[in-house]
Amino acid sequence: MATTACFIIVSRNDIPIYEAEVGVAAKREDAAQLHQFILHAALDVVQDLAWTTSAMYLKSVDRFNELVVSVYVTAGHTRFMLLHDSRNDDGIKSFFQEVHELYIKVILPLLHSITWLIYMLPFFNYLLTFILSVRI
Amino acid sequence: MIGVGKVKQYGNVLDKPLNKGKTEVSLSAFAFLFSELVQYNQTQVDNIGELERRLEDAGYAVGARVLELLCHRDKGNRRETRLLGILSFVHSTVWKVLFGKVADSLEKGTEHEDEYMISEKELLVNKFISIPKDMGTFNCGAFVAGIVRGVLDGAGFPAVVTAHFVPMEGQQRPRTTILIKFAEEVLLREARLG
Repeated sequence: MATTACFIIVSRNDIPIYEAEVGVAAKREDAAQLHQFILHAALDVVQDLAWTTSAMYLKSVDRFNELVVSVYVTAGHTRFMLLHDSRNDDGIKSFFQEVHELYIKVILPLLHSITWLIYMLPFFNYLLTFILSVRI
Repeated sequence: MIGVGKVKQYGNVLDKPLNKGKTEVSLSAFAFLFSELVQYNQTQVDNIGELERRLEDAGYAVGARVLELLCHRDKGNRRETRLLGILSFVHSTVWKVLFGKVADSLEKGTEHEDEYMISEKELLVNKFISIPKDMGTFNCGAFVAGIVRGVLDGAGFPAVVTAHFVPMEGQQRPRTTILIKFAEEVLLREARLG
Protein backbone atom coordinates (compact mmCIF):
# COMPACT_ATOMS: atom_id res chain seq x y z
CA MET A 1 0.00 0.00 0.00
CA ALA A 2 1.53 3.28 -1.07
CA THR A 3 0.97 6.29 1.09
CA THR A 4 2.03 9.10 -1.16
CA ALA A 5 1.83 9.61 -4.88
CA CYS A 6 2.29 12.57 -7.17
CA PHE A 7 1.13 12.32 -10.76
CA ILE A 8 1.98 14.88 -13.44
CA ILE A 9 1.27 14.87 -17.17
CA VAL A 10 3.98 16.76 -19.06
CA SER A 11 3.37 17.73 -22.68
CA ARG A 12 5.88 17.65 -25.54
CA ASN A 13 7.31 21.08 -24.81
CA ASP A 14 7.92 20.29 -21.13
CA ILE A 15 4.88 22.08 -19.77
CA PRO A 16 2.86 20.28 -17.09
CA ILE A 17 -0.74 20.07 -18.22
CA TYR A 18 -2.15 18.10 -15.32
CA GLU A 19 -1.22 17.55 -11.67
CA ALA A 20 -2.63 15.36 -8.93
CA GLU A 21 -1.40 14.39 -5.48
CA VAL A 22 -2.65 11.58 -3.30
CA GLY A 23 -2.09 10.95 0.40
CA VAL A 24 0.27 13.82 1.04
CA ALA A 25 2.40 13.42 4.14
CA ALA A 26 3.27 16.44 6.29
CA LYS A 27 5.01 18.97 4.10
CA ARG A 28 8.21 20.51 5.36
CA GLU A 29 8.47 24.29 5.24
CA ASP A 30 11.58 24.41 3.10
CA ALA A 31 10.58 21.68 0.66
CA ALA A 32 6.99 22.42 -0.15
CA GLN A 33 7.24 21.41 -3.77
CA LEU A 34 9.60 18.50 -3.25
CA HIS A 35 7.57 16.05 -5.32
CA GLN A 36 7.30 18.35 -8.29
CA PHE A 37 11.00 19.08 -8.03
CA ILE A 38 11.92 15.40 -8.11
CA LEU A 39 9.75 14.79 -11.15
CA HIS A 40 11.18 17.80 -12.92
CA ALA A 41 14.70 16.57 -12.30
CA ALA A 42 13.79 13.20 -13.80
CA LEU A 43 12.79 14.78 -17.11
CA ASP A 44 16.31 14.65 -18.50
CA VAL A 45 16.66 10.95 -17.84
CA VAL A 46 13.30 10.33 -19.48
CA GLN A 47 14.34 12.30 -22.54
CA ASP A 48 17.34 10.08 -23.17
CA LEU A 49 15.59 6.86 -22.26
CA ALA A 50 12.64 7.52 -24.54
CA TRP A 51 14.79 7.21 -27.65
CA THR A 52 16.36 3.91 -26.72
CA THR A 53 13.20 1.84 -26.69
CA SER A 54 9.94 1.62 -28.58
CA ALA A 55 7.96 0.59 -25.52
CA MET A 56 5.70 3.16 -23.90
CA TYR A 57 6.02 2.05 -20.26
CA LEU A 58 9.51 2.99 -19.07
CA LYS A 59 9.21 1.43 -15.62
CA SER A 60 11.16 3.24 -12.94
CA VAL A 61 13.68 5.75 -14.21
CA ASP A 62 14.84 7.44 -11.03
CA ARG A 63 14.82 7.16 -7.23
CA PHE A 64 14.83 9.62 -4.36
CA ASN A 65 15.07 8.11 -0.86
CA GLU A 66 12.17 5.65 -0.85
CA LEU A 67 10.28 7.40 -3.64
CA VAL A 68 10.39 5.95 -7.15
CA VAL A 69 9.69 7.80 -10.39
CA SER A 70 7.84 5.75 -13.00
CA VAL A 71 7.24 7.12 -16.46
CA TYR A 72 5.02 6.26 -19.42
CA VAL A 73 5.69 8.00 -22.75
CA THR A 74 2.98 8.25 -25.39
CA ALA A 75 3.44 8.33 -29.17
CA GLY A 76 3.29 12.11 -29.18
CA HIS A 77 5.97 12.31 -26.49
CA THR A 78 3.59 13.30 -23.75
CA ARG A 79 4.98 11.96 -20.49
CA PHE A 80 2.88 10.56 -17.65
CA MET A 81 5.12 10.77 -14.60
CA LEU A 82 4.26 9.13 -11.30
CA LEU A 83 6.18 9.60 -8.08
CA HIS A 84 5.28 6.84 -5.63
CA ASP A 85 6.56 4.42 -3.06
CA SER A 86 4.72 1.28 -4.11
CA ARG A 87 6.27 -1.90 -5.49
CA ASN A 88 3.30 -2.92 -7.60
CA ASP A 89 4.71 -2.77 -11.14
CA ASP A 90 1.72 -4.31 -12.88
CA GLY A 91 -0.73 -2.10 -11.05
CA ILE A 92 1.18 0.97 -12.12
CA LYS A 93 1.34 -0.22 -15.72
CA SER A 94 -2.41 -0.73 -15.85
CA PHE A 95 -2.91 2.66 -14.18
CA PHE A 96 -0.86 4.30 -16.94
CA GLN A 97 -2.82 2.50 -19.62
CA GLU A 98 -6.12 3.73 -18.15
CA VAL A 99 -4.79 7.28 -18.08
CA HIS A 100 -3.55 6.93 -21.66
CA GLU A 101 -7.05 6.12 -22.85
CA LEU A 102 -8.53 9.06 -20.94
CA TYR A 103 -5.83 11.32 -22.30
CA ILE A 104 -6.55 10.40 -25.91
CA LYS A 105 -10.24 11.05 -25.39
CA VAL A 106 -9.44 14.49 -23.98
CA ILE A 107 -7.13 15.63 -26.81
CA LEU A 108 -9.16 14.17 -29.67
CA PRO A 109 -11.41 17.22 -30.21
CA LEU A 110 -9.71 19.59 -32.65
CA LEU A 111 -10.63 22.59 -30.57
CA HIS A 112 -8.49 21.40 -27.65
CA SER A 113 -4.86 22.08 -28.48
CA ILE A 114 -2.51 19.33 -27.33
CA THR A 115 -0.42 21.73 -25.29
CA TRP A 116 -3.30 23.19 -23.29
CA LEU A 117 -4.05 22.43 -19.65
CA ILE A 118 -6.53 19.63 -19.26
CA TYR A 119 -9.71 21.45 -18.45
CA MET A 120 -12.17 18.62 -17.99
CA LEU A 121 -11.15 18.82 -14.41
CA PRO A 122 -14.08 17.60 -12.35
CA PHE A 123 -14.51 14.35 -14.16
CA PHE A 124 -10.86 13.77 -14.87
CA ASN A 125 -10.00 14.38 -11.24
CA TYR A 126 -12.63 12.00 -10.02
CA LEU A 127 -11.56 9.25 -12.37
CA LEU A 128 -7.93 9.78 -11.59
CA THR A 129 -8.17 9.67 -7.80
CA PHE A 130 -10.46 6.69 -8.10
CA ILE A 131 -8.05 4.77 -10.32
CA LEU A 132 -5.11 5.80 -8.17
CA SER A 133 -6.76 4.59 -4.98
CA VAL A 134 -7.79 1.33 -6.61
CA ARG A 135 -4.30 0.73 -7.88
CA ILE A 136 -2.61 1.54 -4.62
CA MET B 1 -32.87 10.11 -42.62
CA ILE B 2 -30.86 11.76 -39.92
CA GLY B 3 -30.91 10.13 -36.53
CA VAL B 4 -32.66 6.97 -37.57
CA GLY B 5 -30.01 4.54 -36.35
CA LYS B 6 -29.96 3.73 -32.67
CA VAL B 7 -26.73 5.09 -31.23
CA LYS B 8 -26.04 4.76 -27.54
CA GLN B 9 -25.82 8.21 -25.98
CA TYR B 10 -22.94 8.79 -23.60
CA GLY B 11 -23.31 11.44 -20.93
CA ASN B 12 -19.66 12.38 -21.01
CA VAL B 13 -17.07 12.19 -23.76
CA LEU B 14 -14.70 10.44 -21.36
CA ASP B 15 -17.10 7.49 -21.25
CA LYS B 16 -17.19 6.84 -24.99
CA PRO B 17 -15.10 3.86 -26.07
CA LEU B 18 -12.14 4.45 -28.36
CA ASN B 19 -12.69 1.49 -30.66
CA LYS B 20 -13.10 1.74 -34.38
CA GLY B 21 -16.81 2.24 -34.85
CA LYS B 22 -17.70 2.93 -38.50
CA THR B 23 -14.48 3.00 -40.46
CA GLU B 24 -15.98 4.67 -43.52
CA VAL B 25 -17.24 8.18 -44.00
CA SER B 26 -19.13 9.36 -47.07
CA LEU B 27 -16.67 10.65 -49.70
CA SER B 28 -19.07 13.26 -50.99
CA ALA B 29 -19.68 14.57 -47.49
CA PHE B 30 -15.95 14.89 -46.93
CA ALA B 31 -15.36 16.49 -50.34
CA PHE B 32 -18.11 19.01 -49.62
CA LEU B 33 -16.66 19.84 -46.21
CA PHE B 34 -13.15 20.13 -47.61
CA SER B 35 -14.23 22.41 -50.44
CA GLU B 36 -15.93 24.64 -47.89
CA LEU B 37 -12.72 24.69 -45.85
CA VAL B 38 -10.70 25.78 -48.88
CA GLN B 39 -13.23 28.38 -49.96
CA TYR B 40 -13.51 29.82 -46.47
CA ASN B 41 -9.75 30.19 -46.22
CA GLN B 42 -9.62 31.72 -49.70
CA THR B 43 -11.75 34.63 -48.51
CA GLN B 44 -9.47 35.22 -45.52
CA VAL B 45 -6.08 35.50 -47.24
CA ASP B 46 -4.47 37.66 -49.92
CA ASN B 47 -1.98 35.26 -51.42
CA ILE B 48 -1.40 31.62 -52.20
CA GLY B 49 1.40 31.05 -49.71
CA GLU B 50 -0.88 32.11 -46.87
CA LEU B 51 -3.65 29.82 -48.14
CA GLU B 52 -1.30 26.86 -48.27
CA ARG B 53 -0.08 27.63 -44.77
CA ARG B 54 -3.62 27.68 -43.40
CA LEU B 55 -4.50 24.36 -44.99
CA GLU B 56 -1.28 22.93 -43.59
CA ASP B 57 -2.11 24.14 -40.11
CA ALA B 58 -5.53 22.54 -40.35
CA GLY B 59 -3.86 19.28 -41.33
CA TYR B 60 -1.26 19.58 -38.56
CA ALA B 61 -3.91 19.35 -35.85
CA VAL B 62 -5.35 16.24 -37.50
CA GLY B 63 -1.92 14.65 -37.83
CA ALA B 64 -1.01 15.10 -34.19
CA ARG B 65 -4.18 13.31 -33.06
CA VAL B 66 -3.97 10.61 -35.71
CA LEU B 67 -0.52 9.72 -34.39
CA GLU B 68 -1.73 9.27 -30.80
CA LEU B 69 -4.88 7.43 -31.74
CA LEU B 70 -3.30 5.02 -34.20
CA CYS B 71 -0.34 4.15 -32.01
CA HIS B 72 -2.74 3.30 -29.23
CA ARG B 73 -5.38 1.53 -31.29
CA ASP B 74 -3.57 -0.18 -34.15
CA LYS B 75 -0.02 -0.59 -32.97
CA GLY B 76 -0.58 -1.87 -29.46
CA ASN B 77 1.27 0.96 -27.73
CA ARG B 78 4.59 0.79 -29.54
CA ARG B 79 6.24 4.09 -30.34
CA GLU B 80 8.41 4.76 -33.36
CA THR B 81 11.95 5.84 -32.60
CA ARG B 82 13.67 5.35 -35.96
CA LEU B 83 13.33 7.33 -39.17
CA LEU B 84 12.39 4.44 -41.44
CA GLY B 85 9.95 3.23 -38.82
CA ILE B 86 8.00 6.47 -38.68
CA LEU B 87 8.08 6.86 -42.47
CA SER B 88 6.63 3.42 -43.07
CA PHE B 89 4.09 4.14 -40.31
CA VAL B 90 2.94 7.22 -42.24
CA HIS B 91 3.11 5.49 -45.61
CA SER B 92 1.08 2.43 -44.60
CA THR B 93 -0.89 2.76 -41.36
CA VAL B 94 -1.82 6.42 -41.54
CA TRP B 95 -2.66 6.31 -45.24
CA LYS B 96 -4.70 3.13 -44.80
CA VAL B 97 -6.80 4.65 -42.03
CA LEU B 98 -7.26 8.04 -43.68
CA PHE B 99 -7.60 7.12 -47.35
CA GLY B 100 -8.49 3.43 -47.32
CA LYS B 101 -5.34 2.35 -49.13
CA VAL B 102 -1.58 2.32 -48.68
CA ALA B 103 0.28 5.22 -50.35
CA ASP B 104 1.52 4.50 -53.85
CA SER B 105 5.21 4.83 -53.17
CA LEU B 106 7.80 5.92 -50.64
CA GLU B 107 11.14 7.06 -52.05
CA LYS B 108 14.35 8.47 -50.71
CA GLY B 109 15.57 11.65 -52.36
CA THR B 110 18.66 11.29 -54.52
CA GLU B 111 20.15 14.75 -54.18
CA HIS B 112 19.86 15.24 -50.42
CA GLU B 113 20.19 12.86 -47.50
CA ASP B 114 17.30 14.36 -45.61
CA GLU B 115 14.60 14.23 -48.29
CA TYR B 116 11.93 11.59 -48.69
CA MET B 117 8.90 11.50 -50.98
CA ILE B 118 5.52 9.87 -50.67
CA SER B 119 3.71 9.76 -54.00
CA GLU B 120 0.11 9.24 -54.83
CA LYS B 121 -1.44 8.98 -58.27
CA GLU B 122 -4.58 10.84 -57.26
CA LEU B 123 -4.74 12.34 -53.79
CA LEU B 124 -8.18 11.91 -52.27
CA VAL B 125 -8.49 15.54 -51.27
CA ASN B 126 -7.60 16.71 -54.80
CA LYS B 127 -10.04 14.38 -56.47
CA PHE B 128 -12.79 16.94 -57.02
CA ILE B 129 -10.62 20.04 -57.21
CA SER B 130 -9.23 21.78 -60.27
CA ILE B 131 -6.75 24.60 -59.89
CA PRO B 132 -7.33 27.69 -62.04
CA LYS B 133 -4.34 28.82 -64.12
CA ASP B 134 -3.78 32.02 -62.20
CA MET B 135 -3.13 30.15 -58.96
CA GLY B 136 0.08 28.74 -60.32
CA THR B 137 1.60 26.02 -58.21
CA PHE B 138 -1.00 25.93 -55.46
CA ASN B 139 -1.90 22.43 -54.32
CA CYS B 140 -4.74 21.54 -51.96
CA GLY B 141 -2.63 18.57 -50.99
CA ALA B 142 -1.13 21.07 -48.55
CA PHE B 143 -3.76 19.72 -46.17
CA VAL B 144 -2.30 16.23 -46.44
CA ALA B 145 1.21 17.67 -46.15
CA GLY B 146 0.04 19.23 -42.90
CA ILE B 147 -1.24 15.89 -41.66
CA VAL B 148 2.12 14.25 -42.39
CA ARG B 149 3.95 17.11 -40.68
CA GLY B 150 1.69 16.74 -37.64
CA VAL B 151 2.47 13.04 -37.37
CA LEU B 152 6.23 13.52 -37.82
CA ASP B 153 6.43 16.50 -35.49
CA GLY B 154 4.43 14.73 -32.79
CA ALA B 155 6.70 11.70 -32.95
CA GLY B 156 9.79 13.88 -32.53
CA PHE B 157 10.95 14.09 -36.17
CA PRO B 158 10.55 17.76 -37.11
CA ALA B 159 10.38 18.26 -40.85
CA VAL B 160 9.26 20.64 -43.58
CA VAL B 161 6.55 18.92 -45.60
CA THR B 162 5.16 20.23 -48.88
CA ALA B 163 2.90 18.93 -51.62
CA HIS B 164 3.85 19.17 -55.30
CA PHE B 165 2.35 18.24 -58.63
CA VAL B 166 4.59 16.07 -60.79
CA PRO B 167 3.43 15.81 -64.38
CA MET B 168 3.52 12.28 -65.79
CA GLU B 169 3.78 11.47 -69.47
CA GLY B 170 0.82 9.65 -70.84
CA GLN B 171 -1.51 10.76 -68.08
CA GLN B 172 -3.89 13.64 -68.02
CA ARG B 173 -3.72 14.47 -64.31
CA PRO B 174 -0.33 15.00 -62.69
CA ARG B 175 0.83 12.80 -59.83
CA THR B 176 1.01 14.36 -56.37
CA THR B 177 4.18 14.05 -54.34
CA ILE B 178 4.50 14.88 -50.66
CA LEU B 179 8.07 16.03 -50.12
CA ILE B 180 9.46 15.55 -46.61
CA LYS B 181 12.63 17.36 -45.62
CA PHE B 182 13.83 16.45 -42.15
CA ALA B 183 15.49 18.90 -39.78
CA GLU B 184 19.15 18.39 -39.08
CA GLU B 185 18.62 17.19 -35.50
CA VAL B 186 16.70 14.21 -36.82
CA LEU B 187 19.63 13.06 -38.95
CA LEU B 188 22.09 13.65 -36.13
CA ARG B 189 20.01 11.59 -33.75
CA GLU B 190 19.57 8.83 -36.32
CA ALA B 191 23.32 8.70 -36.78
CA ARG B 192 23.81 8.62 -33.01
CA LEU B 193 21.35 5.76 -32.57
CA GLY B 194 23.22 3.78 -35.18
